[in-house]
Amino acid sequence: MPGSEWFKNRPRLLEGVYAGSKAALQLLYPLLKRVLPAGFTERVFVWSEEVSKGYLFNCQMCGQCILHSTGMTCPMNCPKNLRNGPCGGVRQNGHCEVIPEMPCVWVQAWRRDAQMGRYGGEIQLLQPPVNRALQNSSAWLNLLEGIDAQQPTGWSAIDLE
Amino acid sequence: MADPHHTSSAGEWESHGGESRLRQVLEAGHFAVTAELNAPDSADPKDVYANLTELGDVCDGINATDGSGANCHMSSVACCALMARAGYEPVLQMGCRDRNRIAIQGDLLGAAALGVRNVLCLTGDDVSAGDQPEARRVFDFDALHLLRTAQIMRDQGVLLSGRKLTTPPEFFLGAAANPFVPPQDLRHLRLAKKIEAGAQFIQTQYCYDVPVFEAFMRRARDMGLHEKVYLLVGVGPLRSERAAEFMRSRVPGVHIPDAVVDRLAKTPRKGKREEGIRICVEIIEAVKQIEGVHGVHIMAYRQEEAVPEIVERAGILREKPKG
Ligand code: SF4
Repeated sequence: MPGSEWFKNRPRLLEGVYAGSKAALQLLYPLLKRVLPAGFTERVFVWSEEVSKGYLFNCQMCGQCILHSTGMTCPMNCPKNLRNGPCGGVRQNGHCEVIPEMPCVWVQAWRRDAQMGRYGGEIQLLQPPVNRALQNSSAWLNLLEGIDAQQPTGWSAIDLE
Repeated sequence: MADPHHTSSAGEWESHGGESRLRQVLEAGHFAVTAELNAPDSADPKDVYANLTELGDVCDGINATDGSGANCHMSSVACCALMARAGYEPVLQMGCRDRNRIAIQGDLLGAAALGVRNVLCLTGDDVSAGDQPEARRVFDFDALHLLRTAQIMRDQGVLLSGRKLTTPPEFFLGAAANPFVPPQDLRHLRLAKKIEAGAQFIQTQYCYDVPVFEAFMRRARDMGLHEKVYLLVGVGPLRSERAAEFMRSRVPGVHIPDAVVDRLAKTPRKGKREEGIRICVEIIEAVKQIEGVHGVHIMAYRQEEAVPEIVERAGILREKPKG
């Protein structure tokens, strides 16, 4: 779908929308949870994420959204699925090693992160491995339920030091 | 204890005691030399040892590549095991392209049991770079996940799942850096992230552009990174301007400035090999002067025989303690 580049190049606007949506959902979610059947809520979330984030970010539905920590640029568009990119294969014109006509999403992510206010600098955080079991589930629901923050036992062990 | 490098009559491997010798060299403040072994397309160990005679005498560590360029060769774990058995100091290159997290952790344990102490954690070239582009790419982990996981196994003595290891592996952990591709002005930040994830040494991509490398090191020094990691600069002799063109257009992540290609093009055919070696020696001499550089990593693809000459002419040859 055309048009999303305009948004993608305005990461400050997008991070504002993200922060607003997060606050609104956190407020509304306890109510939604009470009145709506669970399966239905999930279907609505998945569908609306597929449509809205699909359009804006080419979201791959990984279920653990880290967009706000990656310059509002979806890292799952990297063919190598890096969560801590970019790799060493970036071409001299800043394009992807794998898809020569595509700008490297991680080069874009770092550039956009530098423009961001609220979450700017978060790109320097070490992102844990992806939980592949969450593929195709709703990242918003996983966030609201705290599921996306769960890490393998061994991985968290080192942070306790 | 039996000689750790030989199998007992029962065919059992003795566990390979001791620390990484590469680490000892670096900690002692020596200028380290590592080199790349090209894994053979063969099932015969002799083909691994064939190239080692050239490299062994002048190197503190020898890297075994892990399907580099996404082409299949003998596995890096096997090459390293064969090297360790013969008393060399292997550096295991491990990428994320071909194995998921379960296989990665299993291979790390296996490699440690076979005597591997040095691991270079890589993302890996994409399958599309090789001669089997129809293969499935895995990339379950990225290089930083791999680094941190190896660190957890070593320091916490557990697998990622939390399950305890009877004997944790002893690793000297490395990572790659490529200061020569975009975003050049931010590459030091990814280096910082790799150090945070557990990198103790770095081997860089081929350096043919010293000013770009100098700028990278300046930024790294401003963050104090040169005191947190041992950095080995990747270098290698170019055989001709055609080899250079091939590398910069076909091998992912290799940047060669026009000036270098022109210099080779202007050299008469007979002198090209010598000119390539001279360029390599000049680059080593230049990067050696840069604060925070602790050694070089020589990648002499199909020119292993040139490595001793390069080391000697660059004035970085030392008496090696016999292992
Ligand atoms: S949920 Fe995952 S795939 Fe979707 S935009 Fe966020 S990071 Fe990308």
